[in-house]
Order: sequence, then C-alpha cells, then structure tokens
Amino acid sequence: MQPTNRSSRILLPVKLWFVYLSLLVALGLEYIPTGRVPGIPDWVALVLAIWCVREPQRIGMGAGFVLGLLVDVGQGAAMGQHALAYVVLAYLANGAARRVLWFPLALQAIHFLPLFLFIQVLMLVVRLLAGAEFPGWSYFLSSLSSTVLWAPLSMLLLLPQYQPVDRDDNRPI
Amino acid sequence: MSLVGHQPPPIFKRGLAPIARLSVFVAVCLVLLVADLRFRYLEVMRNALSVVTYPLQMAAATPADFVRNASRYFATLVEVQLENADLRRQRLTSGERLLRFELLEQENAQLRELLGMSRRVGVESIAADILYNAPDPFARKVILDRGAQQGVEAGLAVVDAKGVVGQVTRVHPVQSEVTLLTDRNQSIPVSVVRNGVRGVLFGTGRGRLEMRFVLADADIREGDQLVTSGLDGIFVPGLPVAQVTGVDRVSDAFARIDCEPLAAIETSVQVLVIGRTAYPPPPAPDPKER
Repeated sequence: MQPTNRSSRILLPVKLWFVYLSLLVALGLEYIPTGRVPGIPDWVALVLAIWCVREPQRIGMGAGFVLGLLVDVGQGAAMGQHALAYVVLAYLANGAARRVLWFPLALQAIHFLPLFLFIQVLMLVVRLLAGAEFPGWSYFLSSLSSTVLWAPLSMLLLLPQYQPVDRDDNRPI
Repeated sequence: MSLVGHQPPPIFKRGLAPIARLSVFVAVCLVLLVADLRFRYLEVMRNALSVVTYPLQMAAATPADFVRNASRYFATLVEVQLENADLRRQRLTSGERLLRFELLEQENAQLRELLGMSRRVGVESIAADILYNAPDPFARKVILDRGAQQGVEAGLAVVDAKGVVGQVTRVHPVQSEVTLLTDRNQSIPVSVVRNGVRGVLFGTGRGRLEMRFVLADADIREGDQLVTSGLDGIFVPGLPVAQVTGVDRVSDAFARIDCEPLAAIETSVQVLVIGRTAYPPPPAPDPKER
C-alpha cells in the first residue's frame, strides 16, 4: 500500500472477502432495471477500477473478464462486450495504480474519466460494427457520474481498512 | 502476476506479462463477440451463466417493482374512475365486434370446409405486462413478466391493442425479452391489406419502420395498411402492423417506403404474446386425384 501525499496513514491489509463482496454488490446494482434513464453509473467498472488501483496484485484482468461476462448475461448485451471493456479497464487501471495513488481522491477521479470514456467508446464501436443503432450522446453521461462517485465510493470501500485491529487510544494511527 | 511497466526479476516466477495476459483476454472476448453477434452460438453459455446471475437479478429488480407498485398505488381515484369508464366503453364496442367475429369465424370455417381447404391454425395467447426496458442501450428491447414457465417461447409475436409490438427473442424461466419492431435488427414479413402485395418490414432504430426490397413500380400507396403475412411460419397471419406514410420511387430500383407502426411500441404496458398452437399442416391431398 503506497501512502498518498495527503495522508501518510498506513492502512490495514484488505480482506479479500470484502473485495469480492463489494464486487458482487456492484453487480447487483448494475442489474437494477433503470430503463433508459441516462447517466446511471457503471457500478461494476467503478468498483473494479477502484480495486485494480488499490490491490493490483489481486484484482486484475481475470476479475474483469468474469464480471464482464456476468454483466453481459444480466443485461442481455452481446456476449463479451462488457468483458472486453472491463479487461481493458483492469489492464489500464493496474498500470496506472502506482502513479494515481499519489494524488488525492478528486484528482484520481479525473485520471479515470478518460478511462471510463474509453471503455464506453470501445463498447460503442463493438456494437456499431455489429449493426446496432447509436444510443445518443447521453450514453456518455454514465462515465461522468462514475467519475463523480469515485471519491465517495473509494472512501466507503477503504473504510474497513481504517479500523485499528485492537483499539488503543494512545496509538498515533 | 506482475505489475504493468515493472519487469520482474527473472528469479521470481510471476506468470505471463500483463500485456500478454491482456492479449489473451482480448482475443477470447473477440471470439465470444463474433460467436455471439454473428453466429448466435452462445445461447447455451448464456443460459448456464444466467443460473448464477438470475438470483441477483431478481434481488435487484425488487426496488424497481416497489417503485412501480407505489406509483400505481398513489394514482388518484378520479383517474381510475375515468379509466374505468373508458374501458367499459371500449369493452362494449369490442364485445359487439367480437359477436360478429365469432359468426364470421364459423362461416369462414364452413366455407373452407366446403372448398376442401385445410382449417386455419388455432391461436393461443398469453397476457403479459412489460416490466421495463432492457438495460442494453444499443438495442430496443423490453422485458415481459411471463417466461418459459407460462409457455412463452422464442419467436412468438407480441401485440398490444392496436397491432404488433415485437417478437420474443430470448426466454428466461419467468421473464422474457422482446425485441421491438423499431430495433435495427428486427424484421417482419408483411402484406398490404388492399391488394396482398408482400414485403418485409425493417426497423430503422428511430421509432420508424421501412419496407425494403419492393420494386419501384409495386402498387403501394400512402395510407395503405400492412398486416403480417404469416409466410415465415412464425407470426400469425393478419395481425395489423403498420401504415404506409410515404413512398419514394425516384431513388432506386426499389421503392423507399416509410411506415409508421400502428401499435404504441414505445409506450404500451400490457401486451399479448401470440403464438400458433401448431405449425400449419401440409395441404390435404385432393380426393379426386386418387
């Protein structure tokens, strides 16, 4: 775990079951039928990117691939569409992990806006090549809302790691 | 596994390099995409994976159900009364038409028998509610609340009170997915009511339909009614589909025929899933030939 420039706080090691649970919850959120409301964040991409940055040794392209397939099945999208997007996202997020963690959360989010947009464009190109219609520019609002949620969701997901193992009021961290 | 951009020392075995892993995964994804979009090979895999996703989907749909039911619950009494009166009026008119229809159906059966024609294939229907639009933003699909358990099958036609809405394309245990007529990849064989000219109607993706591959000199006019021709063996013949709104004969060897769907495709809530009880039997042999 690298320290960020804002906080030199040392976090507890992450619990792997919590990572998987959060990804599962994200998958559930992704399945909520919202119809054609624009700007629904891509929950799985968001949580996956957060863990790819925080735990690049554990969460990577394999997780992205499996989650992508599950999203494809649940949404009735083309098989492999989200899998492709999430694999690419995981690769880029793993690669960016060492750099991005030096920035405060708000700036981290700005790093990831082009990434989210890129995977959306990737999915768009795949589907347009297969003969689908263009869904309109509001399709890209989803990346913006994902970016806005980056900081609060990162805080939330790191919350368990802020807890001390045994409570000691005299300890500095 | 190694981090991107950091070459591990060779003494540590850490598996494939990230870029190689990426290539492998991307290749697998591309194979899946082609197999699914081009050849439709992956329905088995989709069904297997849906065993995993289905409970999660059911859980995720609960809040949406709640919102839907709540909004229905708070509909005002006046609205319900107005709607009720309207429905009563509609029932009266359709009841009268139904009386005549039954008479005509009997007459039709008798006439067909006299002519020695095979009987019309029976039709079965399942009433269903549209739950929500499918989340995939690239296609125009909706999810129905009836599935394989209620007898819905892939390929059946879905109609509302005015005409055809779409076709069932994927069936889950208690839900099914309907591709609307306006989807770019949806087509339906139709014929003109006035003179029986046949053609195929394609969605354009913008809420409109287009009749393609009709010769420029074909007798089709603005205002013509189009019904399903039933030649595909899937749709029941005679369901109203669309009305011709414009014919452009100058452009090509084929006429450009714009149509407007009759059904409220994007807004209807209650629909019927209509299927044939059996495929049409082969024509009966002529008794005189023997």
